[in-house]
Amino acid sequence: MGERKENTEAISKTAEKKPKATREAYGETLLELGRRRKDIVVLDADLSGSTKTSKFAKEFPERFFNMGVAEQDMIGTAAGLSLTGKVPFASTFAVFETGRAWDQIRLTVCYSNTNVKLVATHGGITVGEDGASHQALEDIALMRALPNMTVIVPADATETSSVINAIADYKGPVYVRLGRSNVPHVMPEDYNFKIGKAFVFNTGKDANIIAAGIMVNIAKQAAEILGKEGIDTGVINMSTIKPLDENVLLSVAKQSKVIITAEEHSVIGGLGGAVCEFLSENCPVPVRRIGINDSFGCSGNSDELLKLHGLTADNIVKTVKSALKR
Amino acid sequence: MSATTKSKINDIHELRNIAKSVRLKILHMLTNAGSGHTGGSLSAADVAVAIYFSKMNFNPRDPFWKDRDRFILSKGHAAPLLYSIMAEAGYFPKETLDNLRQIESPLQGHPCCKRLNGVEVSTGSLGQGLSVANGIALGLRLDNNPARVYCIMGDGETQEGQVWEAAMTAAHYRIDNLCAVIDKNGLQIDGPVSKVMNIEPVADKWSAFGWHVIDIDGHNMEQILKALNEAEKIKGKPTMIIANTTKGKGVSFFENKVEYHGITPTRDELSKAVVEINNG
Repeated sequence: MGERKENTEAISKTAEKKPKATREAYGETLLELGRRRKDIVVLDADLSGSTKTSKFAKEFPERFFNMGVAEQDMIGTAAGLSLTGKVPFASTFAVFETGRAWDQIRLTVCYSNTNVKLVATHGGITVGEDGASHQALEDIALMRALPNMTVIVPADATETSSVINAIADYKGPVYVRLGRSNVPHVMPEDYNFKIGKAFVFNTGKDANIIAAGIMVNIAKQAAEILGKEGIDTGVINMSTIKPLDENVLLSVAKQSKVIITAEEHSVIGGLGGAVCEFLSENCPVPVRRIGINDSFGCSGNSDELLKLHGLTADNIVKTVKSALKR
Repeated sequence: MSATTKSKINDIHELRNIAKSVRLKILHMLTNAGSGHTGGSLSAADVAVAIYFSKMNFNPRDPFWKDRDRFILSKGHAAPLLYSIMAEAGYFPKETLDNLRQIESPLQGHPCCKRLNGVEVSTGSLGQGLSVANGIALGLRLDNNPARVYCIMGDGETQEGQVWEAAMTAAHYRIDNLCAVIDKNGLQIDGPVSKVMNIEPVADKWSAFGWHVIDIDGHNMEQILKALNEAEKIKGKPTMIIANTTKGKGVSFFENKVEYHGITPTRDELSKAVVEINNG
């Protein structure tokens, strides 16, 4: 994904920085947090090298708990640690964190409303070669359905750092979905994430793309192409999927001919689902959802997989034009 | 706000009387509610009473006191037992027990920590309490807090895989500020545990997982106290008390009856049961 070409106009100062995986930013930020705050504890289920919690583990072995390949126990233990005033970050791959341990998250994290931070890596299709068993395409739906849960999908490394710091200060259950692959920088360097606040790059009179995660960058590419063809297109980074930034959504929907959602997740129950639920009741405008169309993934490299599932600027452009009948 | 208000009780007779009073409360509240779990509430009553009243430091007026000992009812369906003990200990007025399972009641069908202060974590979906107990124990240890953690599980509950994940964790991290109890009453919803899904040899399994195991008669108050004392002295490993109990203990016509897992006494049965408990 690091090789993906952007339009020259779209290259801002931040985009010139080397692409970086959100999980890398997580590992670094967690380490800094650990240095600053003694109440931060970290749990992992035998994937600390991949989730990058190993950086924290190396410096703070007494505050790091490797739970082995036992996600359910990891969640319960994290809940217990939080009940003594610790702020536990529990990490593994998104598919195991949210799927394998869903009932544990439901009972001891959400229903008990404990201060547990679930930060999962390897979300989405860009897990790549490991294939469908390891590609979480339903995790946002699973987490979003749970009362008390906040769901965040950062777009790049800069946003990830800001998110991790923000959730450490927030009291309550949070799910953060990170990726495996390197992603270009899209957020301004001075960006400061706030839970529930979307970031508006620009708004469009014709179409507005509501995106999250790696699709924010791809949405920006699509908007550039559309702009050149005279279709005024806005891009919004809806990194907090729950609670949605309803104010921003409502204001762009009111001025849009079509809303496009773009996410590296099933079109069922994720960002697209959330946006449709809100807009259908509050401002019913035409919506087109770009995402995984109710299927499993497969092995392949990230770019091939994104192309296969239509998670590309070209497909967004095509979808917008078709919705606008242009 | 750091002193406990309850003085600890080590007199066997007194503890037995509390257990009687707790059993009567369980039966009354279940009869009132008309639904709930009778058998498993009665079977674990003696052990739970001993833990709360002879061992635990807590303050009903300050349920979040940071130095309190913690109690996790992993077998959440025995909620009437927990509520009866909490009423007995002074967490809330005894009249509140009449609200069991009523709409928006603090006394939910299974314990809810967000509705009732003093419940450490919500339970009900089986197999999860031991993991939470481990986490609390690890957190206390990080703070050099000498408080201890108790966790009561059902025997059928140990069929859940997560229990064995937690069993490994407790031994791996040498969690010795934790004492778990299996209320081994031998019955589960669909029948005898041995027939539904055999869990034997229970003691050998926990020993093999690295636990200090104490096998006792779970209705013998002397044995219970001795086991709890022993658990406090064990260092470097967690302790499991296997409490061999009788489901429905204290009421002859409920004892060892599979069907009394999830049904409640009628008014008539209640009157007879009260006589038996009082004479017991």
